[in-house]
Amino acid sequence: MLSKVDGFIYPNEIELQWGILVVLYPYLTGLVAGAFILASLERVFKIKVLGPTYHLALITALAFLICAPLPLVAHLGKPGRFYEIMITPNGSSAMAIFGFVYLWYLMVVLLLEIWFDYRCDFVIWSREEKGVKRIIYKILTLGVSDISPKALKWDERLGYIITVIGIPSAFLLHGYVGFIFGSIKANPWWSTVLMPVIFLFSAMVSGIALVMVLYMIISYIRKVKIDMPCLDTIGKYLFYMLILDFSLESLDQVHRIYEAEESFDILKILVNGKLYITLFGMQITVGMLLPLIGLGAIQVFKIKAKIRKTIYLITGLMVLTGIFFMRWNVVIGGQLFSKSFHGFTNFKLGLIGSEGLFMTLLWILLPFCVLAFLLWLMPPWKKTLSD
Amino acid sequence: MAGAVTLSSMLDTFNVLLYAADPPEGEGPWWGVGIDISKCIGCGLCARACKVENQVPQEPFYYRTWVEQYTILKDGTTKVESPNGGIDGFDQSVEEKDIFKTFFVPKMCNHCAKSPCTQVCPVGATFESPDGVALVDDKYCIGCSYCVQACPYGCRYIHPEKKTADKCTLCYHRIKRGLDPACMEICPTGSRIYGDLNDKDSDLVRYLKENVTRILKPHLNTGAKLFYNALSQEVS
Repeated sequence: MLSKVDGFIYPNEIELQWGILVVLYPYLTGLVAGAFILASLERVFKIKVLGPTYHLALITALAFLICAPLPLVAHLGKPGRFYEIMITPNGSSAMAIFGFVYLWYLMVVLLLEIWFDYRCDFVIWSREEKGVKRIIYKILTLGVSDISPKALKWDERLGYIITVIGIPSAFLLHGYVGFIFGSIKANPWWSTVLMPVIFLFSAMVSGIALVMVLYMIISYIRKVKIDMPCLDTIGKYLFYMLILDFSLESLDQVHRIYEAEESFDILKILVNGKLYITLFGMQITVGMLLPLIGLGAIQVFKIKAKIRKTIYLITGLMVLTGIFFMRWNVVIGGQLFSKSFHGFTNFKLGLIGSEGLFMTLLWILLPFCVLAFLLWLMPPWKKTLSD
Repeated sequence: MAGAVTLSSMLDTFNVLLYAADPPEGEGPWWGVGIDISKCIGCGLCARACKVENQVPQEPFYYRTWVEQYTILKDGTTKVESPNGGIDGFDQSVEEKDIFKTFFVPKMCNHCAKSPCTQVCPVGATFESPDGVALVDDKYCIGCSYCVQACPYGCRYIHPEKKTADKCTLCYHRIKRGLDPACMEICPTGSRIYGDLNDKDSDLVRYLKENVTRILKPHLNTGAKLFYNALSQEVS
């Protein structure tokens, strides 16, 4: 293990404390926040052209939110004690707020909004369906079976209010995740006031890209035509968010370079060495520059729908990959250099084990399985009453 | 009245933000540590005694205290080494003709008054004792490693068997009985001392008066209570 070390590091720093499971946590929560923001564009900001993806975005946010904390709990040294963070939180800890932010977002925002959105359908489906599904829908109505126009108007009104509350909540959820890293003054790679903002915008980028890709794949599977105005609008918002995210991340780097504080030398070696491929190659080139070129070309030139679809699919996947590596560069990158600023340790992702590649792929797959189940249970395309 | 109580409880929520800005002050003893670099001979007995006294895992990645050897070369570069935490002593790997100066720096928990580890612990398993010692309740720690990330001095690790955070306790079990911490008792040159910062007659306060001391990474404002004498600027 000592062979992993270049230069001098504090002896306790040889093992990385946060591995790929902790990379997944901000990645998954980012997808949640981004998907929700996309949904709220339709609901609150009345961008009705996004209608076809509204419910998909909400259900995607729910599926990923259910799964987001699981890798985090799995990573704990004592996973059986995870509930302590909820029942005896230490108020001065950024991480302790996790339970409250998570529950607020899950219980108050997402579940309520989706319930108000689907209540009428649950009532109708509980009458139309048979067997187990009928019982499930019956339970999901929570006993409220009034679908009079007056009741539906209340559903609509309350759902709207919750979405309005949900927007700052989504900002809070992911801004807070950024704060967990940004508030660690011991680590100059993390400790920047821009970290929550960067996390937030990268979250929006990744969430929008995810819904865009999912919409295209689901449309293909269902053999239905893709609503091009909707897809173009998502692409346009993805383009704008990418520009904002790119600007913020550039500002952070320019600021670091211009100030060139005590840690600058070691960070310079870090980004030009151990993080070179994941930062310049994956995060910046694959995740930012190429998608910006692709999406930018669509804004400028008149491109055929079929090619546009291909560009959207490829750029969406590239953005999702790039943001994953952004999280990687933050979480793993921040632990590769010693706080003594005299050396580096190394990180190799194993194939097996709880922090290995296969387990990671399972954690990534899990929210998609939950999403598939939720789409089976509450298919947006079968909603009887559309907004 | 109800309004005042509500307002007060709401404002109290924001007090947690002030942890590092306005740390709680205790009464009674307030333990701190002094290390005189000029006296350290790099024998490593302190690190060895600590491992024995506190059942610190023997692998060379877990230390509650260790010793670093700094060698400043004539070309201005700095070489730092700490093979097995200095437990087995040191061999100088730089040729004598190239050495500008060399010295040993013992490291341990700084028992910060505004300790970042205590601040970030999500469940309060890391806490500060009333007499200013940063401690971990391993029956309560969830092993999230946030404290390890927050410590600027690399003084924490996750215990490989307990799976909880572990660190120097200033041999709390010993000092409460009037005994010296193991690392200090065994030091043949007396380069480490500890004492009550609130007691004007304590060895530590006298040491602080008689020497020009420095803490590590003062810009981080952690309220470190580990005061080094004769510390070179190269040490981080």
